[in-house]
Amino acid sequence: MTEEIIIAGFGRQGVLSMGKILAYSGIMQDQEVSWMPSYGPEMRGGTANVTVILSDERISSPILNFYDSAIILNQQSMDKFEQSVKPGGVLIYDGNGISRHPARTDIKIYRVDAADEAARLGLTKIFNMIVLGGYLKVKPIVKLENVILGLKKSLPHRYHNLIPDNEKAILRGMEIIEEVKV
Amino acid sequence: MGELRLMKGNEAIGEAAIRAGVDAYFGYPITPQSEVIEYLMAEKPYERTGMVVLQAESEVASINMVYGAAATGKKVMTSSSSPGVSLMMEGVSYIAGAELPCVLVNVVRGGPGLGTIQPSQADYFQATKGGGHGDYRMIVLAPASVQEMSDFVKLAFELAFRYRNPAMILSDGVIGQMMEKVELFDPLPRWTEEQITKLSPWATTGKPSTRERNIITSLDLRPHVQEQRNIKLQNKYAIIQEKEVRCEKIACDDAEYLIVAYGSSARIAQKTLDIARAQGIKLGLLRAITLWPFPSKQIHELLDHVKGILTVELSAGQMVEDVRLAVEGKVNVAFYGRMGGMIYTPEEILDVLKAKIIGE
Repeated sequence: MTEEIIIAGFGRQGVLSMGKILAYSGIMQDQEVSWMPSYGPEMRGGTANVTVILSDERISSPILNFYDSAIILNQQSMDKFEQSVKPGGVLIYDGNGISRHPARTDIKIYRVDAADEAARLGLTKIFNMIVLGGYLKVKPIVKLENVILGLKKSLPHRYHNLIPDNEKAILRGMEIIEEVKV
Repeated sequence: MGELRLMKGNEAIGEAAIRAGVDAYFGYPITPQSEVIEYLMAEKPYERTGMVVLQAESEVASINMVYGAAATGKKVMTSSSSPGVSLMMEGVSYIAGAELPCVLVNVVRGGPGLGTIQPSQADYFQATKGGGHGDYRMIVLAPASVQEMSDFVKLAFELAFRYRNPAMILSDGVIGQMMEKVELFDPLPRWTEEQITKLSPWATTGKPSTRERNIITSLDLRPHVQEQRNIKLQNKYAIIQEKEVRCEKIACDDAEYLIVAYGSSARIAQKTLDIARAQGIKLGLLRAITLWPFPSKQIHELLDHVKGILTVELSAGQMVEDVRLAVEGKVNVAFYGRMGGMIYTPEEILDVLKAKIIGE
């Protein structure tokens, strides 16, 4: 099994840390992982993205052109990455701030309105975990228990009290994600 | 099995330095390499192993601190990225001339000049063919994974001390910035003063009454002596070329076509290889691990069944010159590169291979 994912959005949305938690979850179940961020001028304000690969085999290129799954969190990233999903692949997006919705018919499209949900729950900081939950509902490539272990590994000790909220957010994401028919 | 962690390549360099029993790190921040010194400063090894971590006032100061500390037989290193490494070149030449062991890390970014902070492999010439003045060579290791970022710190120190020669880890922004699983090696203690005196009798450890003074210098104005010093260096380089070549051959046994690459490019080319093999193209990949000494013989040996070679580098074509020297005109050697921080995709490389080598 190899899963090639791009996660893209604004800086401060937790794009890089979502990827890191996913990568750590893969390690927890003995998979090979790679995490390749954009670190250029875009990181100094504006959009951010990260390519995450989980595989049972040695990972070749950490940089890709096409992805099994794209998690898209702003319009710029939608414009950039909608066409990069492999035919038959998965596109997940948050509708917040999206003016041009995805239109491809050869992929599966899901919507998870995590920004609204995080605001409703009063937990805006774990917005990215709601998105991750939605993704894991569609692509259960890592077990929830391994995600929690991954969270423990990737969060500094002083934030470990936030893990229950993160778990709650992941479960909520799993509930609210919906398939979109184009 | 060693401890498993998810780390950036740059962080792995920092952790490996502590674990390799390094005595001192001198450096100056620059993107895309700053995590090395950031990691070391956060880890505070000076409180655990006594390792010095010092942010110098410039790269010129860093390399001269390395020069001075290496003269005492200590394990010392620095790291930087392209423009910073250029500033260090004078010092590297002196260190090579004085035959001092040390490790340099270059997490390469695009040039020339300040260029860009994005990844590049355009410092191959500088690393393997001088960069500083005079007839000297550095041992150059090219990691292609975060695991190798860690492992090669240890290896680079072993080689540097075995040959009393500077060794460089030539990485790039991709390997420095990406995170992968890394199995860390068990920590080595720092050498004691007694061990240093025994291991490096040439070091300036303080003159006892039992021996003459140890003098560390690259200078000798007597031509016949300076020539002998140069001959000694060249003899040493010949031994390194004989014994220390390292490369990885993937699917080369039945390969009709070959890609030669190193570092991040070799990772991308490995995906090209997978796609090509799925299409029935008999493609192999030779990944150079030591860039100097270069795996010329290993490439030449494949020419009994390889009909054409594509060299891919994130540059205008530097290593390809060494590939051509190795091949001696026996088969077609083509080149494909991207510059300025742009990165090719696996599919892009395959298209070029078909156009320039296979000729579809």
